[in-house]
Amino acid sequence: MTVFMPTTLTEALEIRRDQDATPMAGGTDLLVHWPEQLDLHDRDYLDLWGIDELRRIEWSDDTLELGALATYWDVITDVKVGAAFPLLIDAARQIGAVQIQSRGTWAGNIANGSPAADGVPVLMAYDASVVIASHDVRRQVPLERFYSGYKEMDLAPDELIVAIRIPNRTYRHERFVKVGSRRAQAIAKVGAAIVSNGSGWRVVASSVAPTIRRCPTIEARISDGESLSSPADLLPAIRADVSPIDDLRSTAAYRERVMSRVLYYAIEEMSHR
Amino acid sequence: MDAEVTTPPTSRPPIEVPFTLNGMEVTVSIDPAERLLDTLRYRLGMTGTKEGCGEGECGACTVHVDDVPVNSCLIPTYQVRNAQVRTIESIDPSDVGALLGSGATQCGACTPGVVMTAVWVREHPELLETHTLRELMAGNLCRCTGYDGIIDGVRQSLEERQQ
Repeated sequence: MTVFMPTTLTEALEIRRDQDATPMAGGTDLLVHWPEQLDLHDRDYLDLWGIDELRRIEWSDDTLELGALATYWDVITDVKVGAAFPLLIDAARQIGAVQIQSRGTWAGNIANGSPAADGVPVLMAYDASVVIASHDVRRQVPLERFYSGYKEMDLAPDELIVAIRIPNRTYRHERFVKVGSRRAQAIAKVGAAIVSNGSGWRVVASSVAPTIRRCPTIEARISDGESLSSPADLLPAIRADVSPIDDLRSTAAYRERVMSRVLYYAIEEMSHR
Repeated sequence: MDAEVTTPPTSRPPIEVPFTLNGMEVTVSIDPAERLLDTLRYRLGMTGTKEGCGEGECGACTVHVDDVPVNSCLIPTYQVRNAQVRTIESIDPSDVGALLGSGATQCGACTPGVVMTAVWVREHPELLETHTLRELMAGNLCRCTGYDGIIDGVRQSLEERQQ
C-alpha cells in the first residue's frame, strides 16, 4: 500500500495518469469495511484531502460550484448556499451525523456510485453537472447522464471529479424525502428529490434502481394535468422508471409502494401551496 | 507517553505523520493502513477513545479533528498530517460533572464519544440556533440510557456554561 499525498490538483492528475491508485476524499465510504477487508490494504491510494484548492465553494452569476472536497458540513454551515438550494441542506443533514458530515464530500458521494446515496438525488434534481479533469483534458457531464449501471460511471482511470456545478435557478417547489429504518444514522430504503419551477417537474429516485435515476415517466404523469386520486395512480409510471429489488435493507414490494406514497403526498402537499 | 504497539508488523513501508494531539506536537511512524483510532489507542496509549462498531455508525470513537467531531475509525491516520487532534484525555472531568448526575452514562462504552460531541456543542453554542441538541448528538449511539439522560446532562452542562 502506497499513499500518494499531493497538495495541488496538477500533481494529483499526474499521479492519476501514472499510477493505479484509488482516489480518497474524506474516506467515509472507503473505510467502512477497512478492518476486515484486507484486500483494501493492498491497493495504492491517492489521498486528495491535502489539496486545498478543491475545498472551494464558489459562486458565479448563474452557477454554484462545489469543489471536490466540499463536505456536507461545509454546505450545512453556508448560509448563502442554504438559501439558494435548500434541498442540499435537507439531504446533508440526513447523512449520518456531524461525524460523517464533516468528512463526507458531495463529490465522493457521486464517485462512490451507491444507488442509496443521499447527496446525489438532490444534486441531480437541481440539474447539477460533474466537472471532470485528467492531466490533459477538462470536461463537464450532466449528473443525470453520469451513471450507466450499478457503480458504473463516465469516469476514466486517469480522471478525477474536480467540482460540481449547480445552475442557480428559482424553484417554486422543492422537496427531499428519505425513508430509512430510523430518522438518524440510517441508509435510505427509498428516497426522492422533487423540484418544480411551476411549469415542469424534475423527479429523482434513490434506492429503487441500480443507480440514482431521473424519472421521466413520473415527471410526465404529474405534469399531464390529469389528477391523481391515490398513490396507486402513480404505480404504472413508477414501474416504467425504476426497478426496485429485495436486499438487506428492504424489499421490492415495500419500495414500490412507499415510493408511490412518498411521491403522491409530496406532490399533493406542494400543489396546494 | 507510553507507546504500546500491538498492530501487527507489515512489510509496508511506514509513513511519518506529524500532528498536534491535545496541544502537543507528535510525529508517529505508522503502517499506511492504520486508522486514527488505532494510532491513538495502540501507538500513543490514548485508550480513552473507544471502538464501538468500527464502521462509522456509533460514534464511540469520536474525537475532534481541527475542531469538528469525526469518527476516528473512519480516518486513515495519514489524513491527520498537520491537523489538530483532540481526544477525551484533554477534557477536565469536573467539566462534565452534569453528565454524572443525570443518568447519562451506564455501561460507559459510548461515553467518551458522547462527551467529545457535547464539549464541541458547548464550545459552539451558535449551532443551537440552527440545530436541536438531539440532532447534533445523533451521531453518538447509546444502547443503555434511552438518550434522555444524555440530553438532560448535556443541557445542564450548557446552562452551567452560560451562567
